[in-house]
Amino acid sequence: MLELSILWPSIANGLATGAIYALVALGLTLIYGVLHIINFAHGAALMVALYGVQLLFTRYGVDPYAALAVMVPAMFGFGYLLQRLVIGRASHGKDENILLVTLGIAIVLENLALVLFTADTRTIETRWSLATIDVAGAFIAVPKAIAFVGVLAAAAILLAVMARTDLGRAIRALAKERQGAKLVGIDVEHVFAMSFGIGLACLGAAACFLLPAYYVNPTVGNGFVLVAFTIVVLGGMGSFAGALLGGLLIGVVESVSGLYLGESLGQIGIFVIFLLVLMFRPTGLFGSKA
Amino acid sequence: MTPSMRAVGPIVVFAAAAALVPLAVDSDAWLNFVVLALFGALMAQAWNVLAGFGGQFSFGHAVFFGTGAYAMAALQVRLGVNAWVALPVALAAGAAVGLFIGALTFRYGLRGSYFALATLAFAEIFRILANTFQFTGAGVGLQIPLAKGWAALQFEGRAGYLYVALAFVVAGLAIGTWLKHSRFGAWLQAVRDNEEAAQALGVDAYRVKLGAIAISGAMMAAAGAFYVQYLHYIDPALAFGPHYSVEALVGALVGGMGTVWGPVVGAFALHLLSDATRNAFGDVPGVSLMIYGALLVLIVMFAPRGLVGLFAALVSKLRDSK
Repeated sequence: MLELSILWPSIANGLATGAIYALVALGLTLIYGVLHIINFAHGAALMVALYGVQLLFTRYGVDPYAALAVMVPAMFGFGYLLQRLVIGRASHGKDENILLVTLGIAIVLENLALVLFTADTRTIETRWSLATIDVAGAFIAVPKAIAFVGVLAAAAILLAVMARTDLGRAIRALAKERQGAKLVGIDVEHVFAMSFGIGLACLGAAACFLLPAYYVNPTVGNGFVLVAFTIVVLGGMGSFAGALLGGLLIGVVESVSGLYLGESLGQIGIFVIFLLVLMFRPTGLFGSKA
Repeated sequence: MTPSMRAVGPIVVFAAAAALVPLAVDSDAWLNFVVLALFGALMAQAWNVLAGFGGQFSFGHAVFFGTGAYAMAALQVRLGVNAWVALPVALAAGAAVGLFIGALTFRYGLRGSYFALATLAFAEIFRILANTFQFTGAGVGLQIPLAKGWAALQFEGRAGYLYVALAFVVAGLAIGTWLKHSRFGAWLQAVRDNEEAAQALGVDAYRVKLGAIAISGAMMAAAGAFYVQYLHYIDPALAFGPHYSVEALVGALVGGMGTVWGPVVGAFALHLLSDATRNAFGDVPGVSLMIYGALLVLIVMFAPRGLVGLFAALVSKLRDSK
């Protein structure tokens, strides 16, 4: 058994990473909950947002946190158009088709990034990059601490939008009862695209918080796809609270299993959890029904 | 003449034509093209057995590819086994991994998108394992010793490889024909079209799907084993990364899922296209996969039955207009 003095920093770091995972998963679970589609391009879209933040910083000197003002609306627009112009038209009413189309989009985005930016891994260096703060004996990188707080704020805003606004009500109505929503005059295609846009806007925010403590390369999204799906099935498909708690939990599991199993084998914990949840508890830990 | 006998004719013509290529063509680049297209066809055929005929979409077929490749390489490098002995073991390993994954996923009723994601997770787990243990060479991978000659299943020129790949593809065409006309194939397609209805009629859907994933796994493992013999090297990212999962899936979709010839047509079309783009844009990494992705979106949007489906629609239209 390892000492608590090693375990706590690992848990604290896991919570900070888990917060980012949670925001990525929130976008995914929103898209799943409303459109009932599995967005396989979610990781690739996160990669696009990370490059956006990186370019804004290196070309125009925009601070990653200031970039929120650009990236959130930009990713929203990207998502809206993607759903409206491509995904919505390709489904032909079959789940497999949507999975294949979003896979195709992921492949295109990833390889477009490879062509434009090469396979090099890029990082940015802000004034905060190397600073750490002391959280009850655990040294946490400042960007990670900021990300933790920022992600919780973003999640609160998202939940407020869903609970209080007309758009949120329309989205929830559509998620529950597609025909009924149509009958009361909700523009289904528009609200679908809005939901997809909000899902990707979460990624725009996640990218701004993530990049100062992380890196970007064309395949960076792959690591997030399965993690985000794990969180979403763990938390129960379409459940916001589940995605938040699941994200934090997975962050801790990843960090602690890396500590015990070593860096290479440690990544396996997430995938094993994913398969176990799918097999034994497909409604998730917080989901009520299938 | 039974329908399955009638299907033999085109396969014989295709095999003879492909076998004549090394005698007629001297260009190394063209021979390499045919070898890689056959290799792609084999992977697409493997994916097609499970997804096209069985309706179970795998996003992680690389798990079988890598299993075959690593079995082939590790048996030769670590245990000194002859390549001809290693080959059937590699195929059996692919089938065994297929049975293992199938038993876990189908037993617990994973379908559609969930099955796709589960296969992807298995591919990732295998990649991490191959990346960790010394037996598989960890991150460095395995390199098989050079020993050109039939005895070691390695060849001086490309012609030998072409015949090996062709033999596998012809076997794949035979399997496709068998699925079209056999009782097992009928069960499998019934499960694809409506699992509940098939079960109500007495089809054991679980065992039928297990059979399909075992056959598919063995075929994909054959492609992995071929890869190791052709390029003499394998590492975790090559073996279990997303590239070959995607190539298998796109090849079958572009050609036409659930058809005998679709995967072959699709693989040759893809390789023609990626060669043409390489000539046009130079060898920029990413361009050919980008086109695969775009093609995947377009095919799903506009031609869900693939090239073979388009061709069939064209033929029936011509017939109607007569």
